[in-house]
Amino acid sequence: MLTQQILDGLSKFYPETILSVTILVIVFVELFFKKKTRVSGWIAMAGLAAAMLFTFLQVNIPAQTIFFQMVAVDPFSYFFKVLLILSGFLIVLFTFLSDEIRSSEFKTQEYYALLIALTLGGFLMASSVNLLMMYLALELSSLSSYVLAGYFKKSNRSSEAALKYVIYGGVSSGLMLFGISLIYGICGSLDMFAISAYLSANPVNLITLLIAIFLMLAGFGYKISAVPFHFWTPDVYEGSPMPVTALLSVSSKAAGFAMLIRFFLVAFQNAGHPTITTEGLHQYITLPGLHWPEVIAVIAVATMTLGNVVAIWQDNLKRLLAYSSIAQAGYMLLAFVVVSPQGISAMLTYLAVYLFMNLGAFFAAILISNKYKTENIEEMKGIGYRSPLLCVSMAVFMLSLSGIPMTAGFIGKFYIFSALINNGYIWLAIIGLMNSVVSLYYYIKILKNMFLIRPQGDTGAVSFGAGYSVLLLALAIPTIVLGIFFGPLTKFAEYSVQIFGLK
Amino acid sequence: MHELKILGVGILSWITFLPVLGMIIVLMLPKEKEKTVKWTALGITLLQFVLCIVLWMNFDNTLAGINKIEGFQFIEKFTWIDVPGFAWTNRVVIEYFMAVDGLSMPMVLLTGFIGVIATISSFSINKSIKGYMALLLLLNTGMMGTFVSLDFFLFFVFWEIMLLPMYFLIGVWGGPRRIYAAIKFFLYTLFGSAFILIVMLALYFSSKDPTTGAHTFNVISLMDPANLLPGSLLAGSLTTARLLAYAALFIGFAIKVPIFPFHTWLPDAHVEAPTAISVILAGVLLKMGTYGMLRMSYGLFPEAMVYFGYALAVFGMINIIYGSLCAMAQKDFKKLIAYSSIAHMGYVVLGMSSLTTQGISGAIFQMFNHGTITAMLFLIVGVIYDRAHTRNVDEFGGLANKMPKYFGLVIIGFFASMGLPGLSGFISEALAFLGAFSVEPIRVITIISTLGIVLTAAYMLWTLQRMFFGTLPEKWSGLTDLTAREYFMLVPLAVVVIFLGVYPSPILNMMATSVNQLVDFVSKSTSLTIMGW
Repeated sequence: MLTQQILDGLSKFYPETILSVTILVIVFVELFFKKKTRVSGWIAMAGLAAAMLFTFLQVNIPAQTIFFQMVAVDPFSYFFKVLLILSGFLIVLFTFLSDEIRSSEFKTQEYYALLIALTLGGFLMASSVNLLMMYLALELSSLSSYVLAGYFKKSNRSSEAALKYVIYGGVSSGLMLFGISLIYGICGSLDMFAISAYLSANPVNLITLLIAIFLMLAGFGYKISAVPFHFWTPDVYEGSPMPVTALLSVSSKAAGFAMLIRFFLVAFQNAGHPTITTEGLHQYITLPGLHWPEVIAVIAVATMTLGNVVAIWQDNLKRLLAYSSIAQAGYMLLAFVVVSPQGISAMLTYLAVYLFMNLGAFFAAILISNKYKTENIEEMKGIGYRSPLLCVSMAVFMLSLSGIPMTAGFIGKFYIFSALINNGYIWLAIIGLMNSVVSLYYYIKILKNMFLIRPQGDTGAVSFGAGYSVLLLALAIPTIVLGIFFGPLTKFAEYSVQIFGLK
Repeated sequence: MHELKILGVGILSWITFLPVLGMIIVLMLPKEKEKTVKWTALGITLLQFVLCIVLWMNFDNTLAGINKIEGFQFIEKFTWIDVPGFAWTNRVVIEYFMAVDGLSMPMVLLTGFIGVIATISSFSINKSIKGYMALLLLLNTGMMGTFVSLDFFLFFVFWEIMLLPMYFLIGVWGGPRRIYAAIKFFLYTLFGSAFILIVMLALYFSSKDPTTGAHTFNVISLMDPANLLPGSLLAGSLTTARLLAYAALFIGFAIKVPIFPFHTWLPDAHVEAPTAISVILAGVLLKMGTYGMLRMSYGLFPEAMVYFGYALAVFGMINIIYGSLCAMAQKDFKKLIAYSSIAHMGYVVLGMSSLTTQGISGAIFQMFNHGTITAMLFLIVGVIYDRAHTRNVDEFGGLANKMPKYFGLVIIGFFASMGLPGLSGFISEALAFLGAFSVEPIRVITIISTLGIVLTAAYMLWTLQRMFFGTLPEKWSGLTDLTAREYFMLVPLAVVVIFLGVYPSPILNMMATSVNQLVDFVSKSTSLTIMGW
């Protein structure tokens, strides 16, 4: 019986198993190569590709939990797995193409193993349905990212980034662990379904529960860099190697969101019995007296406003993108306030779109720093005339991030604001939209320097190899195409959310 | 139902997306072939204009449109996005829905016409012409698309598309303060669009399409109160939510018009923009605001429009008086024209607010005439600025003798702007005033507004006197008269201005049925007597 369940679980655990094996292979293979090699990078890509393949095989698998209710295999985790693999794949390519990494004292050794470990952590974060499992997954991904952030050992900035990251991460996960223990104390279980069942059947002390939620939020908030747990973000993003920054801003954030969504919707909603409203929509019922959506609303507004306003003053492109990614997290949280499948699917749509545009922006930043040796926006004057393809792509990413129509970013925002307005949160929608107007100012500031000011001094054209251009276009084209034909994406997102309505 | 297809694709799609095709061609041309780039762009816009003429030839003046799908012509309706939705989400349908009626037809013609003129005027641009022309063509698509879309989502997408080319056209090819002007334009308009987006979404979720059962963005379905779900946010009549939605929509459109106090971006944008862009800005872009009000605000919130009718008239009056006074105070020729443009849009707003057939006809006709006349005035500014590199009115004098042919066209432009009988501006302003005057509650406002005519005459004649009469300063003795290219852009405009001044029927007949339908629709949708509460 026991063996049977483990074997049964393993048969649905192939993607994760493959990633674990990949990590071991990389560590082993590195022993036989010199300090600089791409072999492990290729292995990492092969591992990710194989994991992707096996993830695809799970597409129609019925939603279920495996390993004694520890991990769920369902459309929701499927969505995040696809996202995380895609992101991991692109990051490996970024690493290959980054001069910053090629020229430094960078030793590849464990880099790719850690990258895969972070992805694996993300997988587990997205699928765990047990608080303990969730915490372990969070730690796996966090610990990998601490090391990755400090990967330039000799660089002060990088080391400082890693140290800050560790301290913030340590405190946040400690708080979260305390929150978990409180919840265990109240409900007597770490299983999310059991928690949900207990909470809907028994009266509990709501104050204690709310405190527990706040403590849990510290952990989630740190992972998705929501205010007030965002302080590490600018420094870490600025100090880390650029591909790592990109990875943190997408994979790590996406996994954080996955965990946040699952925790709240499964444990704190009456998930088993969504009621049907007059419009035929399923709606979750929050526990009476427990106003956590309002708490999320406040955090969302604070996050996006702070991110957008502070970003205006930034001159360093990486710092600017750091604040921008804080603001972007705010928009996504906004969708979460609407505790309905519509809101969650809007959030997932946004995350998918965000993957392309944000990674695109970081890749463009990598190329700029490769060729122009600068991260300072003021030094990017007129480079639009010297590298047109790069800067036009950058323009696409910036406009998409600010949500101008005909780009994917608009569709993401469109769905989020749709969800808000449909559920009566018109004020939140207005605040969100005003925020995106503000955000345009700093996104366009980059374009201003690139195109509106003529280059001074050296005006020669600076071109890139074909590989760079292909990758750039591979990110820019989906950003535009998803802005015009977004049907399949939103369908996928809606499909992925159904687990919460059907459990 | 009228249909016209070329190669299996509807004519409206051709008109709208031809410039995008042109943009792709232009982008594929090598950078050095500047001449080819210019002529390709001109060829495309000319072809587009020819298609607009063909459209006009096949246009049936007797069909009304507005809120009845049967009255629309050249309909193209396809499903763009259709997400079926699962058990717990609604089906999402967004349509590619284009058609014209008497409201949009004059605007389509105007856009095609001004597009050609602006391209000719752009021949003098000499830096990165390839990028310039590509953006100009994209801008054209955005404007044309806005006038022909009948799906709110599609309308919004086109509305926003043209922000970007405009930003770069002002920002890269503009004057010394171009960066400031470009970002100001962009932020202002985006701020307005945010409100439009909210209203659009609120309407969407309040609606139910009778055929698909899903929510809808179809403007015509939205106009029918029966399609609004009972109990939804924007259902009912004269509810607070509906009045607020109207106000939000108003802000979005008013920024574009621009209506005082949202006008401050306009003088900056005009002064810094290159001539051709000023022509498009004044000629077409501003009309998108008033067109949006007529099509969206009037159609979707008729009773709120009547409720706020008085306020709208007051805004029109302020625009007229304030714009004229500001124009009078300007020393910069271009800024003067920019403020006069604000004042003239005031006539449109005043005419619209009357909700009479004459008033609205006058408003739409004024939109068309403002497009041609102001375009002409900005070209006139461009001509002198290209030669003298200054726009300070006081530095000139006695140009009439030095540049007689130029002076001749200036006279036509200035007098048309003043509303001299026999020129097109007179008819539209007269109609707008007539309509407004016939409505009792806003009669006083109309009377005050007529002061604008006197003020316009004052600053126009004064400018004429300062620049063209008197003695020619020594430094301008080398000025030359118009070149062939400048003729090609000014003369067609002058011809249209004179022709429509003598025989305005082609345009007035085009819109008459639709305007009647609009007035009828709005006045029947509310228990409020027009302006009479």
